Amino acid sequence: MAEVYRLRTDPEHTAPAVPLTDYQPGGTAVQLEPDEDARLLVPHLGALKRIDISFPKFREGRGYSSARILREAGFTGEIRAVGVLYVDQLSFLVRAGFDAVLPETPIDPAVAERTLTRFPFVYMKATDGLQPVWALREQASA
Amino acid sequence: MYRYDEYDQAIVDARVAEFREQVERRLKNEISEEAFKPLRLMNGLYLQLHAYMLRVAIPYGTLDSRQLRMLAHIARRYDRGYGHFTTRQNIQYNWMKLEEMPDLLADLASVEMHAFQTSGNCIRNISSDQFAAAAADEIADPRPYAELLRQWSTLHPEFSFLPRKFKIAVTGSKIDRAAIKLHDIGLELVQNEAGEIGLKVLVGGGMGRTPMLAHVIREWLPVADYLSYMEAILRVYNRHGRRDNIYKARIKILVNDLGAAEFARQVEEEWALVKPLGLDPPPSELARIAAHFAPPVLDANAPVAIDLSNAEFANWVTVNTHPHKAPGYAIVTISLKAPGEIPGDASADQMDIIADLAQRYAGDEIRVTHAQNLVLPYVRRADLFDIWQVLKAAGLATANLDRASDIISCPGLDYCTLANARSIPIAQKLAVKLAPQEADLGELKIKVSGCINGCGHHHAGHIGILGVDRKGEENYQLLLGGSGAEDATLAKILGPGFDENGIVTAVEKVIDRYKTLRAGPAERFLDTYRRVGAEPFKEAVYG
Amino acid sequence: MPRLLTGNRLETGDVLWWAGSDWSLHLKDAVAVDDDGEALLARLLPEERINDLTLIDVDATPDGWRPRSTRERVRAVGPSVRPDFALPSLPVEAI
Repeated sequence: MAEVYRLRTDPEHTAPAVPLTDYQPGGTAVQLEPDEDARLLVPHLGALKRIDISFPKFREGRGYSSARILREAGFTGEIRAVGVLYVDQLSFLVRAGFDAVLPETPIDPAVAERTLTRFPFVYMKATDGLQPVWALREQASA
Repeated sequence: MYRYDEYDQAIVDARVAEFREQVERRLKNEISEEAFKPLRLMNGLYLQLHAYMLRVAIPYGTLDSRQLRMLAHIARRYDRGYGHFTTRQNIQYNWMKLEEMPDLLADLASVEMHAFQTSGNCIRNISSDQFAAAAADEIADPRPYAELLRQWSTLHPEFSFLPRKFKIAVTGSKIDRAAIKLHDIGLELVQNEAGEIGLKVLVGGGMGRTPMLAHVIREWLPVADYLSYMEAILRVYNRHGRRDNIYKARIKILVNDLGAAEFARQVEEEWALVKPLGLDPPPSELARIAAHFAPPVLDANAPVAIDLSNAEFANWVTVNTHPHKAPGYAIVTISLKAPGEIPGDASADQMDIIADLAQRYAGDEIRVTHAQNLVLPYVRRADLFDIWQVLKAAGLATANLDRASDIISCPGLDYCTLANARSIPIAQKLAVKLAPQEADLGELKIKVSGCINGCGHHHAGHIGILGVDRKGEENYQLLLGGSGAEDATLAKILGPGFDENGIVTAVEKVIDRYKTLRAGPAERFLDTYRRVGAEPFKEAVYG
Repeated sequence: MPRLLTGNRLETGDVLWWAGSDWSLHLKDAVAVDDDGEALLARLLPEERINDLTLIDVDATPDGWRPRSTRERVRAVGPSVRPDFALPSLPVEAI
């Protein structure tokens, strides 16, 4: 594994993430596998500081839903994508609610910066608070 | 038709810049092919047998003349002078170079076009009725709803790594020209007693290895909640669709495993959670989009009666035009199926000619059909003769719409890495053989695929042909009785397969038997098959 | 049975045949790799310059190499439905 690429400014919560099956109420870091239901964590979001979501394969896409569900449930701690991930997926990850990535191959920060600022507008609401273009259009015509 | 505003243009331009940089990184070996391949696929770029192939999105199959001229320019500048219109209403170019792709995509962006999500496990180009806004049988133009979906699904952060590709079709008519029962999601605009428009939602249709017809999971979806409901469907699929087996990863398998009722229940449950998040645009957004699709100003005094004394012209009018909702107008289908030619292929010169016709006579619009033909949707009947003469000179006046030589064919093993057998030569041979008697046969839809993935829609063919590999030899299975229309059915395999010549003979035998069995000249092959079943045809072919 | 090494050039997608020390666009230039195929693959794969590197089975005929599979014959010649683009190594009819 390479270094964690982090978009948060708060200190990193370094406790090891325990598998969901071993998770005890009050635990602060947990690891969610693709086939595990993110909604099981909703009662524990107050205690959790970091949730790691696994991407064992590039094709794996369930983690995007998991992250979004956790943000929709109000989680404000770190959601870290862990596994086979590339810099070019960053904007999808961030919009879905991830704010840290631990990839297998290192992320070039310069490319990451360009990737994250590439698209000036978005078409749909997600968890990052960006206004979709339909809202911008609405405001422009108001 | 839809015009980009500054936001749409900025997103497409950013995509070009992004891919330019990704290509550069790949050419410099800064990223591996493993990491790059999904990126190029999400920009529609495949590596096929002979070269790269680029699939350009034609959203809901609608183009204007400026765009079609650009497609012609691309064929000349970057390809070998032609393109292939596909069964997903897109266009493919067969001789692409990776190093030229960024410039090509920039050219496309200059006419508000792109190749977003024309491949990959994401929401693909939205398809629709090629007669939208022109058909006499339509409730409402489906394209504003399709454009809303296009925008919603473009670079969707949650649904860009789905278990498998995802295809959505929208129609505004009871007569189904968009094959909505054979899509992952099919949407039909419906009207209630108060005259309001809503959507009927079908899920879980598809062809390929495990063909299935879609199930209705909601009879009435209010337009205001349209996108949040789509979001709910996609989330259920993204979370629970199978990822352990690529052949079982489409949503149809999930719907089938859960049962349509349980799937619908899960969608409603998810919808209840996501609806309050404010995912749906206000009605003004749909109204803004819909305003773009207002038909051109039509001539209220366009004459209905026209001179049909030229028999060849009169026949073309009968076969290749449809009734228009405006009196004195017609919908023209330009056949890209001259017998012996490659189905769906058009040369750059032909594209330019059609663009000129659209601009001069047809409200500046062209449509692409899933049967790989082109449509001029707003034509004064009084202009038909002039148009026909131009088309005839360009080899584009074949009068065979929906007839035996109007054959759908995927590129097959002549181009495609996935194919097991060639499909185009079969279509060519059949078209040449059957053209002389096709007027007598009436509507007959023959569809040829070169592999089980079924891009040639063989399961929806009245007569379907599937190319397979049998011990290293090309072999062809014969299927009968399919339909992709409102009366959708899946074609069934008749018996053992044939070689290239054998399949042509077998189809001829089926047709000969049909001629002896049909109840009258109005009974189509499909109707006869449905009435008498497979047995008489089995006997004709194998007996 | 003789084996050839083939692939597609990264920049252009062109079909390539291993011709002993470099690549050729033409099947007729191909040199059988036989037992050296795996070693050659192991050397070329990490270079990441040629996509879809594959070893294929061919027969030696008086007219030159004939790939065993239809797919590889199509790759060697071009689309059978566009003889105007055919490459010279095999006649289109040989597909």
